Amino acid sequence: MSERHGSKRLVVGAHYGLRDWMSQRATAVLMAIFTIVLLVQVLMPGPMGYDKWSGIFAAQWMKVLTFVVIVALAWHAWVGVRDIWMDYIKPVWLRLVLQVGTLAWLVGCTGWALQVLWRL
Amino acid sequence: MAQTPRPSFTNIHITQIVGYRMPLAAVVSILHRISGGVMFLLLPLIVWLFDTSLSSEVSYERFVAAFDTGIGFVPGIVVKLVVLGLIWAYLHHFTAGLRHVRMDVTHATTKAQGRRSAAFTLVFSLVLTVLLGAKLFGVY
Repeated sequence: MSERHGSKRLVVGAHYGLRDWMSQRATAVLMAIFTIVLLVQVLMPGPMGYDKWSGIFAAQWMKVLTFVVIVALAWHAWVGVRDIWMDYIKPVWLRLVLQVGTLAWLVGCTGWALQVLWRL
Repeated sequence: MAQTPRPSFTNIHITQIVGYRMPLAAVVSILHRISGGVMFLLLPLIVWLFDTSLSSEVSYERFVAAFDTGIGFVPGIVVKLVVLGLIWAYLHHFTAGLRHVRMDVTHATTKAQGRRSAAFTLVFSLVLTVLLGAKLFGVY
């Protein structure tokens, strides 16, 4: 096996960005399905109120789908925001601070959203 | 071993952006990034809207009131405008993302196709934003 650490570490190459690219598409398709499912139910005739709105999220399959989408959104946002930092932020220390901050931000928001979903 | 300076390749400088005529696909691309960044920064507001609209009937009342009387010191009209911006950001990001998936799947990557789908993305997301925004502002 060739040495892959120190100055010979793998920085670029085939398959390196494939996982990010692929997960960006997979999570996007999941969120698109959720968006369409939600829009169809919201646009159903009848006045919008708490009963109709909470009724949409009352079905168990919708709760499971929403759970999956919340996790997918966090993953998707992590890949996207990390791309922004890598494009514009050159100092490594600042990039690290922003990436750690991004993770904390996303984990916090994901936890809050799941807590809301759990209570329903 | 002496370090030889690595060649650096840069895009156009930030001061050149204003005078640069971007093709439509580039407009969609940068708006895709900006809309994503805005939604990331406003994520707590989005989760708050999810929380108050869904948790209970009482919190739903607060959710509705946020658009009329505002949240804290932020007036209702500002809440409406910010949410309108979020609606556009979501719809643009959604459409531009599906445009990418379509290009990946069908290899529809000619210059003409790129321009056409970019125009469609801008128009489609703006029309949907106007439709949903009209509902937000109580036009119908």
